[in-house]
Amino acid sequence: MRVNLPFSSAWLVAALTVFAHSSLAQESPYIVTYDHYLEEPGNLEVEYFSTFGTQRGGSDFHAFWTELEYGATAWWTTELYLDGQTTFRDSTVLTGLRLENRIRPLKHEHFVNPVLYVEYERKNSADKILKEVEGHDVESDFLVPNAEARKEHINELEFKLILSSSVKGWNFAENMIASKNLSNQPWEFGYALGASRPLALKASAKRCSFCRENFIAGVEMYGGLGDRYSFGLNNTSHYVAPVVAWNLPSDWTLRLSTGFGLNGNSHVFLLRWGVSREITGFGSAVSRLFRGRP
Amino acid sequence: MKESIIALSVMAALLGASCALGQHEKPVAPNYKAGALVYAELAKAPDKARAKRNPMENDPDAVAAGQNLFKQHCSECHGSAGYGTEKAPSLRAEGVQSATPGAIFWILTNGVVRRGMPVWSKLPEPQRWQLVSFIRSLGAVSKTLEKKAD
Repeated sequence: MRVNLPFSSAWLVAALTVFAHSSLAQESPYIVTYDHYLEEPGNLEVEYFSTFGTQRGGSDFHAFWTELEYGATAWWTTELYLDGQTTFRDSTVLTGLRLENRIRPLKHEHFVNPVLYVEYERKNSADKILKEVEGHDVESDFLVPNAEARKEHINELEFKLILSSSVKGWNFAENMIASKNLSNQPWEFGYALGASRPLALKASAKRCSFCRENFIAGVEMYGGLGDRYSFGLNNTSHYVAPVVAWNLPSDWTLRLSTGFGLNGNSHVFLLRWGVSREITGFGSAVSRLFRGRP
Repeated sequence: MKESIIALSVMAALLGASCALGQHEKPVAPNYKAGALVYAELAKAPDKARAKRNPMENDPDAVAAGQNLFKQHCSECHGSAGYGTEKAPSLRAEGVQSATPGAIFWILTNGVVRRGMPVWSKLPEPQRWQLVSFIRSLGAVSKTLEKKAD
């Protein structure tokens, strides 16, 4: 087994370069599912995620990505993703970038809160991050060697309708996915569902690392729903994943997810983890840099 | 190829616009007029929400817990002592301190999204009430200081 640890580590270090000012975030534990909470305006969240996946009939893989998430306004969040992967006994490759925008159309909080999501992806076929599962994505797609897979370039637009509710400390989120490969491919569909809750609803009077309110646990489920010509569950993959997030007082958030494939088309096991840090006042700092005013 | 260039251009334009809009929209300036617009949002709280009582009002730890939450989530914009900054108005102002706990809770839950105040419903209800307890305690401190100054 050959893992390109220096490359992955460099990616992690680059993603989490320490900035001057950060704040404790209250991050959800989801890795795939989106809820309706956007980044606070002017803040930048730097995130790194890893996915280890098993592969039947081929080599296991470690995919990784960095997210830079900026709160443009209280109703608009924009993100840049950079992703890559290492396939054991094969190679490490960069697999692409994504530009994402999430917009909250309603002014007030409701029982169900919609968020509109639009993303442009420029990636190659070696992409294995499984940030979403859609269409007829199946485990055997990952059997193609990296050298061959990276030759095929994909330009894709992805749309999501995010619906999310908060009820008595619980969050329930549903994402409906529609994506279009711009190379004359049919529309593909997918879904992601999530439910989560902090282990305690009241905050402690003292700052603490191991207080129950710092832990948010939940479960998410995601999978493909075929395409325009063959909508449904036939030849699709699906996963269920218990998830947990630990919001540390030292400004970091750690996430862990253990995903299990639900049918023969799915990877048997996905171990995912992530680390993130929120940098407050990033927009103001950039403004000062270029305009010379506070 | 043509489609991907168009898509990339659209996304780049969105990214640029969002940064520009963020910078443009950001300042809820520390002047009273801008603050007044935000304070006016408190008056928009529905009667039912305004009439809600703070279930944490008799909790001896609520203010201390609320202070921790305030430091973590609110002080960046409202200032560490709640006096306000260029980004968000003072929470010690009469407009806030004379509001009912229910109205403050309603603002925390719904935000003032079009004026830069995010939604805080991601904090569980008990934590939002703890924040209300702390915000209300700022008024008591302000009055004590004013009396001493007199």
